[in-house]
Amino acid sequence: MRTLPLRRVRRQAVVGWLFVLPALLMYAAFVLQPVVLTVQYSLYRWDGVGPATFVGLSNYETVLSDPNLLGTIVNAFRLIVFFSFIPVTLGLVVASIMRRVAAGSLGTVARTVLFLPQVIPLVAAGIVWSWVLSLTGIFNQLLTALGLAGVTRAWLGDFDTALPAVGFIGAWVLLGLCIVLLLTGMTKIDPALYESARLDGANAIREFIAITIPSLRNEIAVCLTVTVIAALAAFDIVYVSTGGGPGLATMVPGLQIYVLAFSARQVGLASALAVALIVLVLVVILPIQRLGRGSVE
Amino acid sequence: MKVARSERYSGRLLLVLLMAITIIPFVSMFTTALHPSGSVPDGLSWPANPQWSNFVDAFTVANMTALLSSSLFIVLAVVPVSLVISTMAGFAIGHLRIPGWRLLLLLFVFGLTLPFEGIVTPLYYLARQMGILNTRVAIVLPLIGLFMPFAVFWMRAHFANMPPEISEAARIDGTGTWDLFWRVHVPLARPPITSLGILMSIWTWNQFLLALVLVEDPTQRTMAGALGAFQGHYATDIPLLCAGSLLILLPTLVVFLLFQHQVTTALLQGSVKG
Repeated sequence: MRTLPLRRVRRQAVVGWLFVLPALLMYAAFVLQPVVLTVQYSLYRWDGVGPATFVGLSNYETVLSDPNLLGTIVNAFRLIVFFSFIPVTLGLVVASIMRRVAAGSLGTVARTVLFLPQVIPLVAAGIVWSWVLSLTGIFNQLLTALGLAGVTRAWLGDFDTALPAVGFIGAWVLLGLCIVLLLTGMTKIDPALYESARLDGANAIREFIAITIPSLRNEIAVCLTVTVIAALAAFDIVYVSTGGGPGLATMVPGLQIYVLAFSARQVGLASALAVALIVLVLVVILPIQRLGRGSVE
Repeated sequence: MKVARSERYSGRLLLVLLMAITIIPFVSMFTTALHPSGSVPDGLSWPANPQWSNFVDAFTVANMTALLSSSLFIVLAVVPVSLVISTMAGFAIGHLRIPGWRLLLLLFVFGLTLPFEGIVTPLYYLARQMGILNTRVAIVLPLIGLFMPFAVFWMRAHFANMPPEISEAARIDGTGTWDLFWRVHVPLARPPITSLGILMSIWTWNQFLLALVLVEDPTQRTMAGALGAFQGHYATDIPLLCAGSLLILLPTLVVFLLFQHQVTTALLQGSVKG
């Protein structure tokens, strides 16, 4: 390759930067600037209208000491069980079954159907399931038909069951994505690995643990990343199905930020919680990313 | 592959069961929508006298024509602009490797995990300051910015894999960077651009939080935002709520079934790269 004269190199660098500029400007104006502003707001006491008072880190002290605010973070972690753990484990089981028994048309139909919740708005998922899990909904109808009329209740309105019910809606949304992702990964596994395992006398479960799971390290990391972010930053489903209630039983950080900023008019405290949420997501996601990167890139 | 018959049947049974859990909620919504408006029917029961007119009523009260045009407007304002500017940036970062590209990439990647709730409060005050609060522009501009981390990251991945020889040949012919981008690279990048376009359209259509915070009037919102407002107003009239929700969902379902393959592929690639 011939070396270009210095002036041309410079000109090309300038032109190149002009290519990045529009994207960078939009990103800086509507993402980076708000991030900086969130950090700034978090240091003030402000009702959104009147003058703001500088209060240092006291909003963060409140976030870390107020049991109600800490409770939202605990709820977010409890949601990970439903949003991440269930879709990924169940997804692994279902995907390996689909690979073995449903290569034909049933598999194709199943892929489409199970993907459906991924395409509709989360708000719609919330509305549909609010109805299914309501007092007169189909879930209680089914329980009654099975002779379990005693346990029927308004699942999203009961202190004990509201959070698992919200979690179930999330699992319903995310399971299909996990199944299809994991299934795609499974088709890339060399069949010879399974052949040799079988010659060594491995059964299906042994195969699953020794071959399937390690080969899918990358896909599992992807599923975990997507679902954990969905759990920690949950908003739409909770807003629509429970509004954080009953009491604060299903209150999550995202919804709490919204309530604090726009109903309680505590913009500073809302912003401190927002900063905490941004950091929390980063801290939880980075190790998962590392887990996946090792095997592929 | 040899699979025992019992395993095959139990596996298929599980699949059918999972599909039922996915579909039945929608069926329940549909039968409920046919019950008399204002009644509280059982979850899954066919009404004695199906009220098909509920759908007509819901169409009118939900102001469907206004909702559809509003959502379409927002998608058409967000997606083409986002595609052009993110493709240009991805090209400069991934292919031209302009000085400082690593830092730029890192800056964009930071935004990948950013929860929208984290910045929605300042966005509200920014929109108020700019005088665009309660207009569609208040959704459009932030959404373009919020799509940049993923979109730039996605397009960079494509351009980073393009062999430099493609550009060198064109350069020798004296082609400038602008022409090189539009005449040579954009045509080659059609598949990732298409997938990205599908993804951003779905995400825009389904965007709820920004619509909720930045625009009060449902007819100026995205489809998901409108749906949220509709639920707020008609929470007590369950048949009407179900009819309206189904109508609002219909366009999404039709598009999904028509472009099933493209949408599934795009969403899968999207989650892998994101």
